[in-house]
Amino acid sequence: MYPPKFDYAAPRSLDEALGLLSDRGEDVKVLAGGQSLIPMMKLRLASPAMLIDINRLPGLSEIAESDGYLRLGALVRHNDVGNSDLVSRRNPTMAAAAPWIADPIVRNRGTVCGALAHADPLGDWASVMLACDAEVVATSASGQRTIPMRDFITDVFTTALREDELLTEVRVPVSGSRTGGDYQTLERKVGDYATAAVATRLDLDEDGRIVGAGIALTSVCSINTKVTEAEALLIGQQPSTELFVEAAEIAARTATPQDDVRGPAEYKRDVVRVFTRRGLATSLELAQAG
Amino acid sequence: MEITMTVNGVAHKDDVEPRVLLADYLRTRLGLTGTHIGCDTTSCGVCTVLMDGTPVKSCTVFAVQADDTEITTVEGLKSADGLHPIQKAFKQEHGLQCGFCTPAMMLVGKALIEQNPDPDEDEVRWAISGNLCRCTGYVNIVKAIRAAAAESRGTADEGPALVDLTNEPSPTVSAPVG
Repeated sequence: MYPPKFDYAAPRSLDEALGLLSDRGEDVKVLAGGQSLIPMMKLRLASPAMLIDINRLPGLSEIAESDGYLRLGALVRHNDVGNSDLVSRRNPTMAAAAPWIADPIVRNRGTVCGALAHADPLGDWASVMLACDAEVVATSASGQRTIPMRDFITDVFTTALREDELLTEVRVPVSGSRTGGDYQTLERKVGDYATAAVATRLDLDEDGRIVGAGIALTSVCSINTKVTEAEALLIGQQPSTELFVEAAEIAARTATPQDDVRGPAEYKRDVVRVFTRRGLATSLELAQAG
Repeated sequence: MEITMTVNGVAHKDDVEPRVLLADYLRTRLGLTGTHIGCDTTSCGVCTVLMDGTPVKSCTVFAVQADDTEITTVEGLKSADGLHPIQKAFKQEHGLQCGFCTPAMMLVGKALIEQNPDPDEDEVRWAISGNLCRCTGYVNIVKAIRAAAAESRGTADEGPALVDLTNEPSPTVSAPVG
């Protein structure tokens, strides 16, 4: 299968890429890993007039910690996250999710930032980033701004990025050593979307009390959804099984799953309930082991 | 657009339309039909090639993206010394039935062994989980990749040493009578 014709540019500098974006923004798609975009173009679901291939831009492939953030550049591949010692030490939610993205070969190529910008409502990374209170960095020829993850995905396949902006980085705050996280997911087979998945994060203070919490749902709402009501319930409390059961009930109630080939809605709601409870329990263990 | 790509050690300079996929470039322009196309939708993995040593699905990479890279296809596995250990192992362990997924399975196996010289069964199965075998012949594919790893480590003690059967006469098969 061939996509429709398009113009192609592979700029060697960020300035050049941003210049092209501001000149041609309307018809442009940015090509990073291309593991969602290229199939969509082949199926003619997307037909951009121009592709700006950012794979040759320098300095965007790094995973680094600085100024209180764990930062992933626009060209960090899914497998880079899965293989990163820094990520496994600093962000267990990301580390748990990385091996479940697509399949091993797609993970060699696809990028985290690309997946966020693509905003597939069944994508995994947005839930991870919502649970971790991430921010994305949007860069354009006229400047740079940060967008909190909770404001970034505005609808199905739709984000707050302007046409002239490039998503250059996603970053998550790094808290103390007593942090834990998990990504519980159910897939019919490798490479399939999740039937249901739950991202969790817990930060504890020195007395073991919860000072930070994140819960977000994949595949069971119209877009990735942060369960703020359950997060608010957890914060300030001493962790307990009863508390986690209550948070899981809120998550299950927040979900609005649909019947489809992956299962009936009520089944998925039950999965959310169980996964939230398990995810919080695992997050707690990791945080206590800190 | 003009591109330069090294495929199986040979440099190719070409003018290609940006929408030409790497899989089609390899098959139609270079005639390297060992790279197969199955689903054409990034699901089955039979089009896998190595791009700078890393497995990628060549139906989901444009040829222009492979400008200035080194590509290895199944045709590049064999050397002057004979078959690559992964090829010998697939032959000896009968790691193929119809052969359609085999080029990709061997390339993924080769990349895995380079990263992890002694993969256990679970690690092999995990590594090939993006590659479908329509004959469902996974047991022998896993055996073959592990045998190739043992051979590459020089500890092929789990079975008979792998031999290059390329030049041996094929066994004669008699047609059933009646």
